[in-house]
Amino acid sequence: MEALVAGRKAFAYTAAHAIDPAKPTIVFVHGAGLDHSSWALQSRYFGYHGRNVLAVDLPGHGRSEGPPLATVEAMADWVLALMDAAGVAKAAVAGHSMGALVALECAARHPGRVTGIALIGVAYPMKVSDAFLGAAKANDHAAYDMETIWGHAAQVPLAGNPSPGMWMYGDTLARLSRLAPGVLYNDLSACNGYAGGLESAAKATCPALFVLGSRDVMTPPKAAQTLATAVPGARTVLIPPSGHTLMSESPDATLDALIAWAKPLS
Amino acid sequence: MAGPKYPGFDTLALHAGQSPDPATGSRAVPIYQTTSYVFRDSEHAASLFNMERAGHVYSRISNPTVAVLEERMAALEVGVGSIATASGQAALHLAVATLMDAGSHIVASASLYGGSHNLLGYTLKRFGIDTTFVVPRDLAAWRNAIRPNTRLLFGETLGNPGLDVLDIPEVSKIAHDAGVPLLVDATFTTPYLMKPFELGADLLYHSATKFLGGHGIAIGGVIVDSGRFDWEKSGKFPQLTAPYSGFHNMDFEEESGTRAFLLRARREGLRDFGSCMAPMTAFQILQGIETLHLRMPRHVESTRKVVDFLAGHAAVGKVLYPERADHPDHALAKKLLPRGCGAVFSFDIKGGREAGRRFIESLRVFSHLANVGDAKSLVIHPATTTHYRMSDEDLARAGIGPGTVRLSIGLEDAEDLMEDLDRGLKAAMRAASPR
Repeated sequence: MEALVAGRKAFAYTAAHAIDPAKPTIVFVHGAGLDHSSWALQSRYFGYHGRNVLAVDLPGHGRSEGPPLATVEAMADWVLALMDAAGVAKAAVAGHSMGALVALECAARHPGRVTGIALIGVAYPMKVSDAFLGAAKANDHAAYDMETIWGHAAQVPLAGNPSPGMWMYGDTLARLSRLAPGVLYNDLSACNGYAGGLESAAKATCPALFVLGSRDVMTPPKAAQTLATAVPGARTVLIPPSGHTLMSESPDATLDALIAWAKPLS
Repeated sequence: MAGPKYPGFDTLALHAGQSPDPATGSRAVPIYQTTSYVFRDSEHAASLFNMERAGHVYSRISNPTVAVLEERMAALEVGVGSIATASGQAALHLAVATLMDAGSHIVASASLYGGSHNLLGYTLKRFGIDTTFVVPRDLAAWRNAIRPNTRLLFGETLGNPGLDVLDIPEVSKIAHDAGVPLLVDATFTTPYLMKPFELGADLLYHSATKFLGGHGIAIGGVIVDSGRFDWEKSGKFPQLTAPYSGFHNMDFEEESGTRAFLLRARREGLRDFGSCMAPMTAFQILQGIETLHLRMPRHVESTRKVVDFLAGHAAVGKVLYPERADHPDHALAKKLLPRGCGAVFSFDIKGGREAGRRFIESLRVFSHLANVGDAKSLVIHPATTTHYRMSDEDLARAGIGPGTVRLSIGLEDAEDLMEDLDRGLKAAMRAASPR
């Protein structure tokens, strides 16, 4: 689906379905430097199982026109504006990594419109190393290497991919290679600079799910505990032996966790 | 602070795509000799068919053993993924069938394996797909041959049999300026000698029958996608960017920009054309790939010795090997192939067709057969075998003369190979100058 948001072209994957006002909606928000295809399996599932799905490309990513948004808060407001453009009044929001912070912020800023949040591969604070930020700022390929290698569990480059014939490292590298200069740095800076997590967590009163990978080195499970404790009634699912990219590394377990989370939200 | 490190080529060649079998602990890749896979329940079945969950349905579409080979090749080539096929020819056909319809056009190097020339020059014409062949080192010819309906540029990393080195950086620029991808046949170089995606190619394939297997016991192919070509931006590939009624109106590019080609090639190409690889074949080719990084340096080392030997022999007219200063692509080879120019090359025997016949029939270690890339050394006369359907004009454009002989240097003792060749060349000289 294409729409105009703040005067710029915005894209959201809908699993080839028109938005049906009678159906509940799930919005999927990708992580730093990535796009809607991070959620290919999960968003397609819900799109064919009674939900509207809006797997967004944040501005400057995938098919959405740039420039990228500089803060998590701005991204959250953009998501709500996209929901407006799609005619969606309320939605559950699932986010991955940076997208998880966006989902949290959506719930805090617009509590009447967010029915639930799923925070996948999240940490708070989401600090980014100087080396990673520096490489991204310089548009150095080393930043793509860091996101690729740290973004997956250590066994991933050698172990089998659940999706037959695909190599996860190669796919992440290919997606990052399509980014305009500066976009990854923008996203990492947004993660690094996000400071309102605990305050927003207290305002997030909708059902909340944390999905964490036991071998995540980018956002280790213990780094999510402060936030998970701060969100009222949050439930946590730990998925072994997944790394940070849970939707690809453990697609079925991630989907099953989302199905259980989404079921009461309708 | 040092950045994180990727596993090395040697490690990937041994491990990529497989962890010990979760069911049995088997360290070796199990051969999943099965056609189909039991669904957990009806809901699981529907989700697998509709690509909502990852997994296997039917071995024409995917198989766990074949998937190990596919992921390993994607890792070695640094691509997003790959599809293993029944042969190298099936891989080329799968690429063409995925990307174009009747009325499309290909620009291809004239220096191709004879089977590829047959497919492009004769067979695909029956289906409305035309090909213009160009001399691969003539960059202007590539550019000038492009038409509004061109959908692919195609060449071999090392052309068959004259070892024309494809200038991938320049030819890929020409392709991208025209909004089409560059596909290369990387069979002769393997990922050990060249990484075509790093040079600008978008898609590549191998006849896995050759160096990847290395044992000469299995026919197979594999096509790898870099995931870098922007099909949406090109606007020339509705096969990937418009809803496909043959698969729930899926817009493959919208589903995933980086995986669009492989999605359609698997979900349509393997489904409908059925040129899949058998699991036993995948296992056999995987055994070869595990030693690719050990075999290729030895292939190249022995080839260099044999090339030098032949270049100094009185019965030899010309040796075509890009590491030699007299090869027209010598400078390009130094730039693109620093690890070596492979182990397949050709040379001309003085004395023409009869001398060539006597040479081949006098050899004892080299095997006279139609293959390359075996651990055993091989010899063939292209004009009467692999390229026999080509006209004299096309043969000349491909650098093939009546006395041209193609060798594939194996892993035997190089001294034994040179002794064998010397015996054959002396026989050829006697044929050329009878007493």
